[in-house]
Amino acid sequence: MSEMTRRQFLKITGTTLVGSSLALMGFSPGVALAEVREYKLTRATETRNTCPYCSVACGILMYSLGDRAKNAQSNIFHIEGDPDHPVNRGTLCPKGAGLVDFIHSESRLKVPEYRAPGSDKWQRISWNDALDRIAKLMKADRDANFVAKNADGLTVNRWLTTGMLAASASSNEVGYLTHKVARSLGLLAFDNQARV
Amino acid sequence: MTNHWVDIKNADLVLIMGGNAAEAHPCGFKWVTEAKAHNKAKLIVVDPRFTRSASVADVYAPIRTGTDIVFLGGLINYLLTNDKIQREYVVNYTDLSFIVKDEFAFTDGIYSGYNVDKRSYDKSSWDYARGDDGYVKTDPTLADPRCVYNLLKQHYTRYTPEMVERVCGTPKDKVLQIWDMIASTATPDRAMTIMYALGWTQHSIGSQMIRTGAMVQLLLGNIGISGGGMNALRGHSNIQGLTDLGLMSNLLTGYMTLPGEKEQDFEAYIGLRAQKPLRPNQLSYWQNYRKFFVSFMKSWWGDAATAENNWAFDYLPKLDKQYDMLQAYELMNQGKMNGYICQGFNPLAAAPNKAKLSASFSKLKYLVIMDPLATETSEFWKNYGPLNDVDSSKIQTEVFRLPTTCFAEENGSLTNSSRWLQWHWKGAEPPGEARSDLEIMAGLFLRMRDMYRKDGGAFADPIVNLTWKYAQPHSPDPEELAREYSGNALKDLADPKDATKITRKAGEQLAGFAELRDDGSTASGCWIFCGAWGPTGNLMARRDNADPTGIGQTINWAWAWPANRRVLYNRASCDPHGKPFNPKRKLIAWNGAAWAGADIPDFKVDENPENGMGPFIMNPEGVARFFARANMAEGPFPEHYEPFESPLATNPLNPNQPQAMNNPAARVFAQDREAFGKADKFPHVATTYRLTEHFHYWTKHVRLNAIVQPEQFVEIGAALADELGIGNGSRVRVSSNRGHIEAVAMVTKRIKPLTIEGKTVHTVGVPIHWGFLGVAKPGYLANTLTPFVGDANTNTPEFKSFLVKVEKV
Repeated sequence: MSEMTRRQFLKITGTTLVGSSLALMGFSPGVALAEVREYKLTRATETRNTCPYCSVACGILMYSLGDRAKNAQSNIFHIEGDPDHPVNRGTLCPKGAGLVDFIHSESRLKVPEYRAPGSDKWQRISWNDALDRIAKLMKADRDANFVAKNADGLTVNRWLTTGMLAASASSNEVGYLTHKVARSLGLLAFDNQARV
Repeated sequence: MTNHWVDIKNADLVLIMGGNAAEAHPCGFKWVTEAKAHNKAKLIVVDPRFTRSASVADVYAPIRTGTDIVFLGGLINYLLTNDKIQREYVVNYTDLSFIVKDEFAFTDGIYSGYNVDKRSYDKSSWDYARGDDGYVKTDPTLADPRCVYNLLKQHYTRYTPEMVERVCGTPKDKVLQIWDMIASTATPDRAMTIMYALGWTQHSIGSQMIRTGAMVQLLLGNIGISGGGMNALRGHSNIQGLTDLGLMSNLLTGYMTLPGEKEQDFEAYIGLRAQKPLRPNQLSYWQNYRKFFVSFMKSWWGDAATAENNWAFDYLPKLDKQYDMLQAYELMNQGKMNGYICQGFNPLAAAPNKAKLSASFSKLKYLVIMDPLATETSEFWKNYGPLNDVDSSKIQTEVFRLPTTCFAEENGSLTNSSRWLQWHWKGAEPPGEARSDLEIMAGLFLRMRDMYRKDGGAFADPIVNLTWKYAQPHSPDPEELAREYSGNALKDLADPKDATKITRKAGEQLAGFAELRDDGSTASGCWIFCGAWGPTGNLMARRDNADPTGIGQTINWAWAWPANRRVLYNRASCDPHGKPFNPKRKLIAWNGAAWAGADIPDFKVDENPENGMGPFIMNPEGVARFFARANMAEGPFPEHYEPFESPLATNPLNPNQPQAMNNPAARVFAQDREAFGKADKFPHVATTYRLTEHFHYWTKHVRLNAIVQPEQFVEIGAALADELGIGNGSRVRVSSNRGHIEAVAMVTKRIKPLTIEGKTVHTVGVPIHWGFLGVAKPGYLANTLTPFVGDANTNTPEFKSFLVKVEKV
């Protein structure tokens, strides 16, 4: 059976090659040949990634338009399981099968936003203004409430009035840098989803 | 996981308990199917619901949620009584022969040293007895009445099949059938794997449930072998990695721990963690703690970390108590916190008792959200009718919402349940102005550092001295960070045996943690990841899926911590002389000069087995512990305590001791105790769970998933539905003492009523995936219902067992 399939495959590809070569040389065939529709992924750029949902970590192939040239904007339009991956071997579950819709979800945040005290709506804020303001709030809180020594005079160097949650769906590199920053500030109320 | 996904195919028996891999981890579950199809494996599922995992099981048994220790404790009793243990394994590789101190005692569900006011134990009696040579006393004949074997046997005598039926509601014949199947794996040629997930962790006794499972596996000789192990399926794609990297309130990277505030002396801090062996010739690998710690501090604080300042020991914040999530929200609710940052985390949905969380966030001065999606937490201040009934004008919190990239828009690595670090590549730019978390964290940090440099402020040293040698300081590369946590030589490293030989040049990446030094000449941000980016490059990006031995050991695919080892404790797969217990599934073996095989040996590679070094090299005992010593909050042996909201009035295991009703060492805040419901008003047992079509609170934002599973529902057994007159598809209200949700009733035969202590107990299933934002139909956050109490060790909330009342709307 597999022999048959291989032979058929060679036959079809051979025909296509001959057909297209003839066309290149100007011998356009008079009658249209029945032809398989062009495989839509052949022009796509393939990128290997990992499903961000559960911890099986299925390998995925992401297909995008755009050739990664400086001025080209890539757009991922299809995701499927990576057949080379030793765990999922090309398969995906109902969650992973919908990944392309996650990337393009209408709930994706696109711009920094700010909600003022007492307000019932968001307003736009620039990255610079947002980060400046947050850094100032953090520093003011840290300077006002940092505990260098406890009541017994022991060195404790902790900042308890601000806390942080990190994301267990972020990469190791993000997690590492986040930990480095958070702990250098003296944060202790610091967790990730492993706690729940 | 001690083992890994593909290794499940080598199992002869699979026990899924406290998890539902077929629906929550479908592509991993395929390896169970593989084991069934090609290894003649049997599958057992024990779960309150007849799940899709159960639907393909050879044997399914129902169980009341929260009672797994009774089921497994009974199994331990059964294995010991019937001598269905792998004796060579347990005598040589566990602490069964160790003698316990005379002062240690257990009476009516309470261990020696309990302080009822503090709800905690003085654990000094929870230890082994020492001989004159300083080592632990043992009795290899297991005859001594104070040896762990006899104490263990004694402890579980109360856990009979009859008790299991009374407490768990599992029919006795089913119980015995399952125990008999499990006992069959006590022989060296049969392996059982245990697969569990949040169905075990999310209980006030969750850690001890998992320990009980591990104890069963040890008795059967199923740890360290191919097809065996304790396999935590883990919920998020990098929950393993973030824990490995220490992003928890009490951790540093690589399972090093932050100092407590009484640990002012650096040498004492190291000494407590670099434990000396408790038995002769044991490796006790944590003795290298100083090397890991110094290399870590050099990585973060570079030249500012010196031998003179104890490698900047005082830069680290010191703990006076746990600052886990629940503690943080308690402090917030008391008005003691001002700021909070949520990076890719939606606590309003993910933490217990939404009403308390909403009140807590409303007391903050500022809240910062970093996320690719619009989360409920980011809009906790906005009114969404009954789904989020708040008055925005009364909430004074400033909220910032910063858009981030998602997985598809960045390079980096994720660590899966198998401990594999797999590199992934960016496929597109993020939408709009979204930025990577690296850029945002760098942006915040650099601004703060500049202000501290310019204006000074509280203890600026750890901030201004933090290493930041990234080519683009405002946007570090994932590759730079991976090289940093893996580690490099800071100076030329000479061979300790031959000073003229340089083994590693300054600046060169290290191949593994064995190269780390405690003199400041090496840096490694996370010692267990050391070697992930080694001298030859990024091993996490490897893609050779060859499996030369055919047992699923693709050791050149990606990179696994530690040291690219795929099955932890694999030394225990061989007998004391180094011969594989099961030659058909050989992982490693002693070849007369070294340990080698299909895996990286989890052992000293040149250690002759005749010298008696134990396979559990991280433990100072050299062997695995049944007796946890002082390492657990509620006792050295797992004991059953009822959930904090229980349908029962007493704990059937300890009916005469009210202190032993619930976990005596669990932390309960006063207000939360008042918010617990009682069975008279809330007669139904509830448990939360995931659906196969959804992932947490993300996929309600994803069109395809919203189409296949659009609307919130709760699962109600047919018997309860009949009793309450609830039709399939009608709307019901489910209330706890903390709030209510309304949803569609799915009336099912998959949940049967159980008879517990002669009383009928109904279980209600509450899927967690809905909220007031997203493209799926808006719904209530399931955690409106759940109690604000956690496991005594981890403070993981008790989402899996609580009380509700179901009513027709």
